[in-house]
Amino acid sequence: MGKTLTIQPVTRIEGHAKVLIELDDNGNVADAKMAIVALRGFEQFCIGRAADEMPRIVNRICGICPWSHHLASNKAVDKVYGVTPPPAGEKLRRLMQHLSWIPDKILHFYFLAAPDFIMGPDADPSVRNVLGVLKSNPDLGMKVVKMRQLGSMLIENFAGKVIHPAAGVPGGFSKPMTEAEREELLKGAEELLEFAKFSIDLAKKDIFPKYMDLIENVGVIKTGFIGTVSEDGSWEIYDGKLRMMKADGSYEDFSYEQYTDYIAEHVEPWAYVKFPYAKRWGEFALEFDNPTIYRSNCLARINVCDKMPTPLAQAELEEFREKFGRPCQYTILYNYARLIELLCNAESAVALLKDPEITDRNVRTKVEPQAGRGVGCVESLQGTLIHDYEADQNGLITRVNLIVGSTHNAAPMNLSVKQAAQALIQGGNYDQGLLNKIEIVIRAYNP
Amino acid sequence: MPVKVLEEWFNACSGCEISILNMGDALVEMLSELEFVHIPVLMDHKYYGQTGEGSQVEIPEADIAIVSGGIRNEEHKELLEEIRKKCKTLIALGSCATNGGIPALANMWTKDEALKNIYSTITTDSASPPDRVPAWLDRVFAVDEIVKVDIYIPGCPPHPKNIADALTAVLKGESWSLPERSVCDTCPTIREKKASSGTIKRSLENADFDPEKPIDQMRCLMEQGFICLGPVTRAGCRGDSDAPRCIKARIGCRGCFGPIRKGARPMVDMMGAWSSIGLNAQAVPDRRALLNRFIGAHNNLRPLPKR
Ligand code: SF4
Ligand code: SF4
Ligand code: SF4
Repeated sequence: MGKTLTIQPVTRIEGHAKVLIELDDNGNVADAKMAIVALRGFEQFCIGRAADEMPRIVNRICGICPWSHHLASNKAVDKVYGVTPPPAGEKLRRLMQHLSWIPDKILHFYFLAAPDFIMGPDADPSVRNVLGVLKSNPDLGMKVVKMRQLGSMLIENFAGKVIHPAAGVPGGFSKPMTEAEREELLKGAEELLEFAKFSIDLAKKDIFPKYMDLIENVGVIKTGFIGTVSEDGSWEIYDGKLRMMKADGSYEDFSYEQYTDYIAEHVEPWAYVKFPYAKRWGEFALEFDNPTIYRSNCLARINVCDKMPTPLAQAELEEFREKFGRPCQYTILYNYARLIELLCNAESAVALLKDPEITDRNVRTKVEPQAGRGVGCVESLQGTLIHDYEADQNGLITRVNLIVGSTHNAAPMNLSVKQAAQALIQGGNYDQGLLNKIEIVIRAYNP
Repeated sequence: MPVKVLEEWFNACSGCEISILNMGDALVEMLSELEFVHIPVLMDHKYYGQTGEGSQVEIPEADIAIVSGGIRNEEHKELLEEIRKKCKTLIALGSCATNGGIPALANMWTKDEALKNIYSTITTDSASPPDRVPAWLDRVFAVDEIVKVDIYIPGCPPHPKNIADALTAVLKGESWSLPERSVCDTCPTIREKKASSGTIKRSLENADFDPEKPIDQMRCLMEQGFICLGPVTRAGCRGDSDAPRCIKARIGCRGCFGPIRKGARPMVDMMGAWSSIGLNAQAVPDRRALLNRFIGAHNNLRPLPKR
């Protein structure tokens, strides 16, 4: 009789997941699944709350991308209350979106993903982590710790809270930026930009070339992609339109409000997470090459955009596309796409901090509670966030629908895990290092 | 001999873990004295052995266990009980662990009602809620409703300095807790003991302040009429900076560090604070959930009887 391997918890990711691998009598993989086994229930318990309080409640959906949820929520409430923030209010929100992604990208790359590549996928689990990297490579380790700290400090000094912020408000931002604050932030952002350049060079030189075999063979699946682009098709993470691309590279663009025409969510009895799918493109099935399955997060954004909005990131995108095409389907290259985005966020933050309008005093339009519906979207690290609220005439929430970044990847992660397990485990041969390679695929997606 | 530490998250968002990492230098300095034996966000220790063949959860022995998140499902409960057996000192990290946190707002509904609604949103294909998953308990529990807690570090998330202070104390064999003071006690704003307007304002417009001037030259937000729960919230979020975190952003406190002391009644006390400066609380919408936003465990929030 076959047996089942339970890899739990999946480690060095954000959230709670387990992998179940069923082996048949010959020790080959009969089936493999990744189940997300946590549910808090925001769609229920936000009901009855004041819409203007929502940005300070739903940020708790995720401690790694609280700013993105905070901002998506602010945008949704802007629409419920029918207001447009003044330009400086929008720019401060946008700046916080770019800045807040920087420490998180550093966290993901160096703390969560890189130990597999720096210490090696088969290294002993007791050293295959950031603590091991710190011991074996103390200079790099300390530099990473310092850069993360710098990114968080910049946000905290200006906006009070870095995790679970309060400074974004319906109608704009809670405070303007002074010239002194701008100068301090700009200095820090320029330092982070240098570190971003260093990181992508390091990865292109010392990491990816060594693991091409793993990249080309493990976790690879063929899917569509979702992301946000600006009117001219550039990569965008704060405000734009949604784009869904099929595996063949053709795509459709649509406004936030139209999301229900494109996306539905399937429920499986073995996972709390719902499985979003492209309902416009067919019937959902958790099977390889099913046309409704699409992916989100950095690789998806890099695939769906026509170009990057900043010069250094654009040069990186061109180099990436030349090597791997568009759309690129190599799952482990999420790690590469992540670094292109790190660079783009640092460049974008620097550019915003050089924009004279960023210190304008008018940062908020007064709002009045009213009945209405609002759909607010931004990109989070893990993918497109959709916050859809309805409120009554007192501005109290009556209905909430949330599709969050990581859930878009629930179905494709399952398929990547299955592909990886089938490619790696044969004739009952496996060990911890090999099972870790399956987790490397999961870590590519998350966060 | 380094002190062995294990860390685990339950009904949590990972913000508490990021707060641990945000200790930065302080954490790196402590690493010579600490040895992590289990911490899913950073290390690859597995419950069922490294090749997943075990049938029983295996948690290593540790001197200190740090847990974040409330207790929402059966798996959380079993795991927490196992961790309590394996550790000497248990630290509840963050308001979800100490008081239920934001996810305990779900305690305003019965479990079945909530699950039914969550799996019937406008984009969800009609289906019954998943049933081959760790089942939800009837409500969200704080950690100390299930096992004994030795040290509480509230906050959503706690300030990295709170975590560093608590760990430093534990390493010296001492206990630790935040002082029983209010956020107002650590807030530098100007107070005149009366409100400048008669009704309480929701956060619909910005406070009145000069951005070029420091916080100690801004009038207290509550006295300006804005909702600020500083009077009934435990101090600690400010760390070494010049003001509580939200006040720094020039916006009112929402109580994320929980009540000032065990057994305090923020709802009653806040109504008192409002009326003492001449504010009429009737204009505050959704008062029950607002004043219990982070503390819905311990039966503070429950389903209301159906009308
Ligand atoms: S206390 Fe706050 S930061 Fe910590 S897990 Fe709960 S929601 Fe996240
Ligand atoms: S009520 Fe708010 S603004 Fe006023 S002193 Fe207390 S914490 Fe500060
Ligand atoms: S001001 Fe209040 S809500 Fe804000 S971080 Fe401090 S305790 Fe939490």
